[in-house]
Amino acid sequence: MLDYMMRTRLFKWVDERLEIGALIRSQATEYPAPNNLNYMWNFGSIAMVVLLLQVVTGIFLAMYYKPDAALAFDSVERIMREVNYGWLLRYMHAIGASAFFFVIYMHIGRGMYYGSYRKPRELLWIVGVLILLVMQGTAFFGYLLPWGQMSFWGATVISNLFGAIPWIGDFMVKLIRGGFAVADPTLNRFFSLHYLFPFILLAIVVLHLQALHVVHSNNPDGVDFKDLKDAARTVPFHPYYTVKDIFGVGVFFFFYAFFVFFEPTGWGYLLEADNFIRANPMQTPAEIKPLWYLTPWYAILRSFPWKLVGVAVMGASLGIVFFLPWLDRAKERSGRRRPIYREMLWVWFLAVFALAYCGMHRPTPALLLLSRAATAYYFLFFILLPWTSRLDDPKPEGA
Amino acid sequence: MSDQIASSGRRQFLAMATGAVGAAGVVVTAVPFVRSMQPAKDTLAMATTEVDISKVEPGQLIVVPWQGKPVFILRRTPEILGRIESERVELRDPDNEDPEGGENPSWFLKGDKKTRTFRSRRPEWYISSAICTHLGCVPLLREEPGTPDLGSDWPGGFYCPCHGSRYDLSGRVLAGYPAPRNLEIMEYKFLSDTRVLIG
Repeated sequence: MLDYMMRTRLFKWVDERLEIGALIRSQATEYPAPNNLNYMWNFGSIAMVVLLLQVVTGIFLAMYYKPDAALAFDSVERIMREVNYGWLLRYMHAIGASAFFFVIYMHIGRGMYYGSYRKPRELLWIVGVLILLVMQGTAFFGYLLPWGQMSFWGATVISNLFGAIPWIGDFMVKLIRGGFAVADPTLNRFFSLHYLFPFILLAIVVLHLQALHVVHSNNPDGVDFKDLKDAARTVPFHPYYTVKDIFGVGVFFFFYAFFVFFEPTGWGYLLEADNFIRANPMQTPAEIKPLWYLTPWYAILRSFPWKLVGVAVMGASLGIVFFLPWLDRAKERSGRRRPIYREMLWVWFLAVFALAYCGMHRPTPALLLLSRAATAYYFLFFILLPWTSRLDDPKPEGA
Repeated sequence: MSDQIASSGRRQFLAMATGAVGAAGVVVTAVPFVRSMQPAKDTLAMATTEVDISKVEPGQLIVVPWQGKPVFILRRTPEILGRIESERVELRDPDNEDPEGGENPSWFLKGDKKTRTFRSRRPEWYISSAICTHLGCVPLLREEPGTPDLGSDWPGGFYCPCHGSRYDLSGRVLAGYPAPRNLEIMEYKFLSDTRVLIG
C-alpha cells in the first residue's frame, strides 16, 4: 500500500521538493533489519508511541491545569469532573507515565541480555541511558504538579538530597525550589520544565534512532550485522517490522486500556491514595515514597545511614550503567550464548526487583538488610564484569 | 521487491482494509481530545448573571459582564424614546428580520410593534449585547442628538470607535457603516423592579 501511495502524483510533487521518497526508502522500505528479531525488539517502537501519547495528553491537560499552588489541586479535580473527557486525559497521562517506564525497563533489559550495548553500539547505549535520565527528570517534575500530599513531600525529600552536596548544596536546593521550601515558585518552574523536557527527549530520541540506523539493530543471537547481511538474513524494515511493531503496539494498548478504563489507580501503584489529599506543608504522610518506577534508586539511597553517601551511591548506580559496554569483555555478544552471564544478569534483575520492593515499603531491619545486599550485588555485577564476562569464553586450545 | 508485494490482489485488499480501520481508529481517538477543548461543564453552567439596576439613573448606561462578554443596560428617558420613534436615519434592518441576528428570545420574536421598535421587554430599560457586530469592539454611548462630529441628523445612539459603525438608541445598526447587524438582544427577565437576570 505504501508503494501505491508513493506512485501518486501528489507524492511525486512533494518528493521532488523534499526528497521524502529517499527518506522512506533509506529508513523503511530498503532499510535492512535482522530476520530473527523476537518480540523483545518491539519495546522501542512502543516507547515512541507512549512518548507521543504523553505529549498529546499533556498538551491537552495543560489547557486546563493551573500551575499555581493555590489552584493546582482543584484544577486537577476540575479536569476530572467538569472538563469533557478530562478524566480520560488525566488517567491516560498518569498511566502513560508508568507505562513509559515499564516499556523502557523491558527495552533496557533486552539490551542488557542480548548485548545490544556492545561494539559498535556503545554510543547508542549511552544515548539511551541519557534518555532514561531525562525521563526520570520529567517524571519527577511532573509528579509535583497535582500538588497532592505525595507530590509535595516527594519533591521536598528529593530536593533536599541536593543539600548533601558539599559547598554548593544549599545554593542548589534554593535554586531548585525558588525559595526556602517547596512552594508556589517551585510548582511554577517544575511545570515549565515538565513541559520542556519531553521535547528535549524527542530530540534525544531522534539522535538515538540516528545512532541505531548507522550500526543497525542487534539480534537475539548476537550475530554481527555485517554477517547477517552477507548471509542474506535481513528483511526490509517495511513491511516486516512495521507490521510487527503495529501489532505489538496493539497488544500494548490492550493492557494500557485495561488500566485506563478499568483500574486507573492501579491498585494504588499508578495513582497513589495519598495524592488525592491536598498538599499540607505542616504534616508529612505516614510513608513518603516515589512511584514504583523510581523506587529501586530510592532503596539504594536509603541503604546508607549517611546522607552524602546515599546520594553519591544513588548517582553512581546510574553512572555506572553508562560504562557497561567497556566493562563487558566477553567474546560473545548475546546472552543466549553466554550461560554464566545470563544467570548473573537474571540475579541482577532480581536485585533490582528487590530494591524496588524495598523502596516501596518502610525500611524495617529486614528490608534494610535486603536493600543493602541488593545494592551490593547491583554494583558487584558491574564491577566484576570485566572478569566474570570472560567466564563464558571458550577455553584456549590445549589449556 | 516492493512491486511483488503490491501485485497480489488479496494483499492489497488486506493493506487497504487495515489502513481504513487504522484511519477510523485515529478519528475515534481524536474525538475525546477535540471534545475536551469544548467548554467544560462548569463553564456552561455559568449561563446567567443577576444584575442590580437600582442605582442606574435615567439616561445612564452601565456595562456588565455576562458569560465573560459585555452587556449594555441603558435606562432610557421618555425623551429618548420619543427620539427613537421620530428618528430619520436609514437603518439596515429596522424590523429585526436578519436571520443571523442571533438567538433572539421568544418575547422579542413574537413582540408587537412597540417591542420591536424599542427592542426591549420594558421600553425604559434597553438591554443588549455590547459587542459591535462588525469586529467585536464595545461601542460608546453618544446620546446627544445632532453633534458636530456625528452630523445634524444623528438621533443619539451608540458609536463604535474602531471602524465608525453607528447604532440608534434601540441598538439598530445604521446603513452605510461596516457593521452588518443590529446589536444582539439576548434572553433576560426582570426578577423585580431593581433586579434583572441576564441569560
